[in-house]
Amino acid sequence: MSTNFQLEIFEGPLDLLLHLIKKNEVNITDIPIATITEQYLATLELMQTLNLDMAGEFLVMAATLIHIKSRTLLPESDAETDEDEEGGDAREELMKRLLEYQRFKEAAGELGQRDVLTRDVFVRATAPTEKPVPTAFRELSVFELLTALRRVLERLPKDEFHEVTLEKITVREKMTLVLERLRDDGQVMFESLFTDAGTRMAVIVTFLAMLELVKIRAIRIFQDRLDGPIIIEAAVGVEQAAEVIAKEAIEEDQDGR
Amino acid sequence: MEGETLMSIVESLLFVAEGPLTLQRLAEVIEGADKSEITAALEQIRTDLESNRRGVRLVEVAGGYQLRTPKENADWVKKFLGGRPARMGRATLETLAIVAYRQPVTKAEIEAIRGVDVDGVVNTLMERSLIRAVGRKDVPGRPFLFGTTPEFLQLFNMKDLSELPTLKELDEITLPEPVGEGVLAEGVDEEL
Repeated sequence: MSTNFQLEIFEGPLDLLLHLIKKNEVNITDIPIATITEQYLATLELMQTLNLDMAGEFLVMAATLIHIKSRTLLPESDAETDEDEEGGDAREELMKRLLEYQRFKEAAGELGQRDVLTRDVFVRATAPTEKPVPTAFRELSVFELLTALRRVLERLPKDEFHEVTLEKITVREKMTLVLERLRDDGQVMFESLFTDAGTRMAVIVTFLAMLELVKIRAIRIFQDRLDGPIIIEAAVGVEQAAEVIAKEAIEEDQDGR
Repeated sequence: MEGETLMSIVESLLFVAEGPLTLQRLAEVIEGADKSEITAALEQIRTDLESNRRGVRLVEVAGGYQLRTPKENADWVKKFLGGRPARMGRATLETLAIVAYRQPVTKAEIEAIRGVDVDGVVNTLMERSLIRAVGRKDVPGRPFLFGTTPEFLQLFNMKDLSELPTLKELDEITLPEPVGEGVLAEGVDEEL
């Protein structure tokens, strides 16, 4: 057999167990643990022989099965009561997980049977239309923004104390907050973004978040006249940007794990 | 406004609209017709298209109305459009089902149900805008909570989440027939 093939085994250990349970024509609530464990391990071996990538979860489940099986093998008189319960609990727990997984497998099946867009049903292909930028507004230069930032910073109360608190908010978190605010309000004034920024650091984090959002085209910053109020509004890429930020934040979380 | 005129206008707007068109938006645009008249026109368009077995049908999706081709023409449309047929892998469907029913839900909670790592599939679903982060759970680590998007409703031809069938009670669950004897299922690609 050629080794150049891509096979996907079961979605996971629960999927494999369900398959074995069905194959043996037994009930989830009454699993013959010895038989199922044996077949489970045999399948794992087959997967290894075929050199297929096996997720670690398969091995964890193997350990669980062996544990449950070992409990059932002990003569009742030898087993301490609490340990007995432990074995019973593991079995009960596994049964619940199998039922729960089966439930969602069925739900997934029903989902897949719906009239899926671009598989069963189609909509008219739309030509992408560029939203016209209102000409009455002018976009600002970075220098004008910096001037505005200085005004915000000057308005901060003079701090008489040494700052010892660590500012917890990151630029990325602030970006998300700004986007949420825009989603609620549509448009906001430049200054109003800084109202709850009490420290220099908070102001700068907010400002950087704003610049980042402009860079990824999530927001637009403009004035309706020179020296007029600076207005911030959501731009074309706002939804996409929100997701990208959320995703990046997740990746960051994972890296930090 | 005369009924036929209104129907004609509504149909034109449905035709040019990008994505599902809400009743609210229709009412904003069509001055001189109130929502109940527009609803009646929509209903008339829907039954007309249906009863004449027309090549487009009016469907309620994601909180709005949209013209979509009927399923029986799918093969012709696919042939015309070309490209690879859209398929959905089990990992995709299972994860979507869990998010849809359990939202807001964390990645760890999805993993607990599926029994496998879901990093990859969650990221893919986010990229396709089928799910999104809707908040953070107030537990250590503040993990993201995920929920479905309007795109999810559009993809599955759903008006809203209430169209999801009720999850079966645990005692109603029966195992489906096993898929052959082979332990190896053919690789399911994740393309939608």
